[in-house]
Amino acid sequence: MANEEVLSGLADIVEEVAGVAKDDVTVEKSFVDDLDIDSLSMVEIAVQAEDKFGVKIPDDELANLKTVGDAVDYITKNTV
Amino acid sequence: MSNDIVITGLGATTPLGGDVATTWDAMLAGKSGVSTLDADWVTAFDLPTRIAARLAVEPSEVLPRVEARRLDRCEQVAVVASRQAWADAGLDSGSVDPERLAVIIGTGIGGANTLLAQDDLLEGPGLRKVSPLTVPMLMPNGPAAHVGIELKAQAGVHAPVSACASGAEAIAWAYRMLKAGEADVIVAGGAEAAIAGITMAGFCQARTMSTKNDEPTKASRPFDIHRDGFVLGEGSGIMVLEREDHAKARGAKIYAKLAGVGTSSDGYHITAPDPEGAGQARAIATALRTGELDPADIGHVNCHATSTSVGDVTETVAIRKAIGEHPILTAPKGSFGHLLGAAGAVEAIVTVLSLRDSVIPATLNLEELDPGVVHDVVAGEPRKVDLKAAVNDSFGFGGHNVALAFAAV
Repeated sequence: MANEEVLSGLADIVEEVAGVAKDDVTVEKSFVDDLDIDSLSMVEIAVQAEDKFGVKIPDDELANLKTVGDAVDYITKNTV
Repeated sequence: MSNDIVITGLGATTPLGGDVATTWDAMLAGKSGVSTLDADWVTAFDLPTRIAARLAVEPSEVLPRVEARRLDRCEQVAVVASRQAWADAGLDSGSVDPERLAVIIGTGIGGANTLLAQDDLLEGPGLRKVSPLTVPMLMPNGPAAHVGIELKAQAGVHAPVSACASGAEAIAWAYRMLKAGEADVIVAGGAEAAIAGITMAGFCQARTMSTKNDEPTKASRPFDIHRDGFVLGEGSGIMVLEREDHAKARGAKIYAKLAGVGTSSDGYHITAPDPEGAGQARAIATALRTGELDPADIGHVNCHATSTSVGDVTETVAIRKAIGEHPILTAPKGSFGHLLGAAGAVEAIVTVLSLRDSVIPATLNLEELDPGVVHDVVAGEPRKVDLKAAVNDSFGFGGHNVALAFAAV
């Protein structure tokens, strides 16, 4: 799956769960520091991303996804 | 320095209106907040009661979408009412030291709808679909916690749980904290939003709810000889309380004083009140004593009376014991049903407005007074009357009794 497609889909999820405007969800942004997303919302985002992209995001991997770009890369590489 | 406790802000969302003014106007106009429940589960479960007092304004119409989805309905109404009370009090982050600000919001049941919805997800699609927000949404301290975080309150955040006395108990707790010098300003009240199949079924099985399904607006009729049970409601009432010297120093408007409070427990039965009303009378007497009020000062009692056969008359027995036969009574549940953990707080607001406006709303649907009641109960039209002080009663399953004594300013 292309990076742009993953970014767009992920941004939809972040907007739905956390109310961050889709345009603000860009690869360099930190979920916690820039987008003010807490650990509970990150779990919701991960579950929705798993369903949307057909990937598994184990908890120890989720902890490493600091930025939107980290998540996009992980999803792109692990989509089956 | 005055150690008196005053009310400087009011907020509410109820079956009669989305704020205090709309609710109060609707009460005085004799409107009912009760209507037919059209939820699927009402017919699916074949419930004998098919009416309830739903909110007049959906919280989702007032709150931003993302905020609403992180809150149980019970938390939503607390947030809505607290923001109104805070704004009404003219407070902002600079007008009170966060370490001197507390929040006390009670609920009878808490996030019942979240518990039910998330259990459905666990049993159906499974663990992955259960929200990570489940516990903070269902916990009964959730309403207080969310409001406390929003206001950055650091003097304490509490959530008394005493069934239908919870909202009043929160206000009594606030009084004691302020008197003890533990805070300067407290946001206190109650919140409830537990209209669901299981709560309705439970109350129906306990034979406590009205089954006057054909006449929803006439179903809740406290003190009327033809009453047959309460009508379940939802909503929130919140007031801002502060020491009088603190309020005056910042030039706040003052609605009334909370002169005294009394709490007691029956030690008798899990749902039935002590038929002698001894525990209720002790709570009322304590409110007068702590408020340094004589029975003659109390011109009005805003009653808990829920429209059940036993409770309404027992309350008047307690009022006779503690105050006498002279107070003029009213029972707001005729208008907006029984808000459980929010009832005491919303009705405390009604009592405060009666003192402010020198008017007692009528008990809606009181057409034929139960002969067991000796008091003058306002029926038909609101009653204009000058009041020096008034008492608000709240009682809860478990034998919890709370009386709040308010005085005009």
